[in-house]
Amino acid sequence: MLNEEVVKNIIDSADEDERDVLTRREFVWLGGAAVGAIYLGAIGYPVYEYLSTPAQRSAEAAAVTQTTLDNAANLPKSSAMMFKFGARPAMLIHHEDGSWSAFNAVCTHLGCTVKYEPEQSRIFCACHGGTYDPRTGANVAGPPPKPLTKFNVEVKDASVIISRA
Amino acid sequence: MQASLSQEPKKRLAAVYDWADERLGLTGIIDLARHKTVPDHKYSFWYYWGGISLFFFIVQVFSGILLLVYYRAGADAYESVRQITYDIKFGWLVRSAHSWSANLMVLAVFVHLFSVLFMKAYRKPREFGWWSGLILLGLTMVFGFSGYLLPMDDLAYFATKVGLEIPASIPLVGDLITNIVRGGQDVSEVTIQRFFALHVVILPLMYIPFLGFHLFLVQKHGNALPPSEEAKPMSERRFIRFFPDFFAKDMGMWLIALNILAILASLYPWQLGKQADPLASAPEGIHPEWYFMSQFQILKVFGRWFPGAAGEALGMLLFTAALVVLVLIPFLDPGSKSGRRARTVTYIGLGLLLGLIFTTIWGYWEV
Ligand code: HEM
Ligand code: FES
Repeated sequence: MLNEEVVKNIIDSADEDERDVLTRREFVWLGGAAVGAIYLGAIGYPVYEYLSTPAQRSAEAAAVTQTTLDNAANLPKSSAMMFKFGARPAMLIHHEDGSWSAFNAVCTHLGCTVKYEPEQSRIFCACHGGTYDPRTGANVAGPPPKPLTKFNVEVKDASVIISRA
Repeated sequence: MQASLSQEPKKRLAAVYDWADERLGLTGIIDLARHKTVPDHKYSFWYYWGGISLFFFIVQVFSGILLLVYYRAGADAYESVRQITYDIKFGWLVRSAHSWSANLMVLAVFVHLFSVLFMKAYRKPREFGWWSGLILLGLTMVFGFSGYLLPMDDLAYFATKVGLEIPASIPLVGDLITNIVRGGQDVSEVTIQRFFALHVVILPLMYIPFLGFHLFLVQKHGNALPPSEEAKPMSERRFIRFFPDFFAKDMGMWLIALNILAILASLYPWQLGKQADPLASAPEGIHPEWYFMSQFQILKVFGRWFPGAAGEALGMLLFTAALVVLVLIPFLDPGSKSGRRARTVTYIGLGLLLGLIFTTIWGYWEV
């Protein structure tokens, strides 16, 4: 008795929402699309990883917090040296009075690499004439909107250790 | 309300279609695809091999462009392939896919060539299809040969050295041609640089127009019937629609090819040997890739049987004769209905195929 009723109900409800049930054709299309998506992913993922390896490496390199410059303590006064901090160029300055400063050497305007000019006592960007203070990194003239990022400097024997502030 | 929501985009799509159709004649193309049919008989399986070759070529273009992202020709070649193989994520897979697909492509092209030959599909009006196919086979082999040197490991170095013996044994001009191809007396960075230019610029530039011509002819003339089918009355022949039936089967074949390639490339990653050392002596049993083994072995045994330059000259004569026969195949069987003439080509084909297989196995036996 009960069984009959259940079956009848099922048939009824199937009749009612026939439109909502997948047809065979739709099922095949859907299955095909799903399998296609799996293949696309299986090919696309390695290709993405392959192409983005250098970007990932440089992001890893950029994440460094400290770097040691061997023998940099010999740097003459009133001069600067360029080095790589992570993936980007950076600058170590030995001031006239014997103190040290280090900055990210990427101009905050449009990304040119800046240069230390001891005669003018400034850090200068040749691209659009941006000027920074060589001790604080503050943007003092020209288009740069922000100061240069300053790093911590620690002199240890002949080496100089640069670290993120 | 609901109806108009789903109706609107459809109408707009139809309008875009009409706009493009007016300018491109899309309906004509779709009609063509709809009415095109493909013969269906017990040899139909062999119709898929051209498409399989095409699939592997597409894989070569795709994976080759990916390799170009990191590959550096010249003195740095080995180091760059080492980086691709061990350093760049999935680089081993890209390189393995390119190498495996290269071999599968050569294999597919050979199968395609012999199935066309045995089905007599080179007959009128398909002669140009046959000739352009021969050119594509030749270019495919040069693709493989030039690519094989590029990683510059010891195997690549010595295989290229011995492989260049084949053109070098052309009488009189062989040495001159080989020295120009090689860029000197010996395989070096200069050789890599020019093989690289050949492999990624000159060959694709030559290959693609011939491929386009070949495919155009296939479309123009349709699939050829083998003589046994031709003999049947029209009422007994069966056809399937190109679209969607044959096309779906074609794509099924591509899927199988893709899966086989994926399994081979990932489970048997292509190896990188030691860096080539021009001063080191060759390891034992050095030989070229399998698709040059037959020629290599023939030159080797002819050199044993006939002293001096005679062996090489005879070998080259044999290759030239085989090539001439292949080119002339459509004329050896001028579409005559009598099975007799056609049988000549069957025998020639069998002779070539068995000769190739025999000398190849012999070559591997001896290394
Ligand atoms: C436009 C198409 C192609 C491009 C751009 C391309 C590019 C390259 C590059 C950059 C390499 C050097 C990387 C390496 O050695 O791993 C290479 C190697 C190779 N290529 Fe290609 N290629 C193409 C088509 C082909 C074709 C059609 C074949 C053969 C039928 C082929 C066979 C090979 C082989 C056997 C190697 C050596 C693989 C190895 O041992 O690493 N290539 N290809
Ligand atoms: S980039 Fe330095 S001033 Fe414009």
